[in-house]
Amino acid sequence: MAKGTIKIKANLSGDVCNVKSLIKHVMETGQRKDAKTGKVIPAHFIQELSCTHNGKSVLSANWGTAVSANPYLSFEFSGAKPGDKIVLSWSDNTGDSDSAEVTLS
Amino acid sequence: MKRRVFLKGTLASSAVAVAVGAGILNPRQVLAAWPKPAFEAKSMQEALNGALGSDLTDPSDAIQIKAPEIAENGAVVPVTVSTTLANAESISILADGNPTPLAASFALAANTKGSVSTRIKMGKTSNVVAVVKSGGKLYSARKEVKVTIGGCGG
Repeated sequence: MAKGTIKIKANLSGDVCNVKSLIKHVMETGQRKDAKTGKVIPAHFIQELSCTHNGKSVLSANWGTAVSANPYLSFEFSGAKPGDKIVLSWSDNTGDSDSAEVTLS
Repeated sequence: MKRRVFLKGTLASSAVAVAVGAGILNPRQVLAAWPKPAFEAKSMQEALNGALGSDLTDPSDAIQIKAPEIAENGAVVPVTVSTTLANAESISILADGNPTPLAASFALAANTKGSVSTRIKMGKTSNVVAVVKSGGKLYSARKEVKVTIGGCGG
């Protein structure tokens, strides 16, 4: 499992929680060739993400190779309060995954 | 003194990491299987059918696409899709000039706002197309983005 790839910030304004995250991931398209060997660099990209608020899904996403490397993601949801737990997790096409948790304050 | 504080910090953060690793909901449990045909589809129609079950969309000005007029770097094009349509269940982002147009698809909970921001790769000047599913129907908007240096790696 990958570790520490997710930087996540969740800001509370009233009951609206704004989530911003930056994930460290190569998001390789599988269309590039290695300059030295001429071989195609295999695709390596995040396919699925999910974000939960106190265990309940607020966002789930399917991504393809067209999402930029080191992907940025931001979205908002309502019904949040201090102390709530936000968990963001991803899994990629090689079976790797990671997740990060933040508590609203 | 500093070293002790540093080690304590490392121990604390690794403990949290283990807890998170044990407790998280793996995305694979939450979502249906990743829709391979949708992401590998070479045409907009196939991509929409694969991701959303239909390629029939109504153009709507209740969907705003914020993206640069000219993308300096096609590998990193910031896109924000927001919609004032009520009960937006999903937002999908496509680039109609890409070899495989579907970039991302987001499923939203009832209390999630109809707005997502991310960054996508665009191979050449083309339209960013946003499709929002609301009330079981598909609505779309498009915005042309000029790309000077293509981002697909070809």
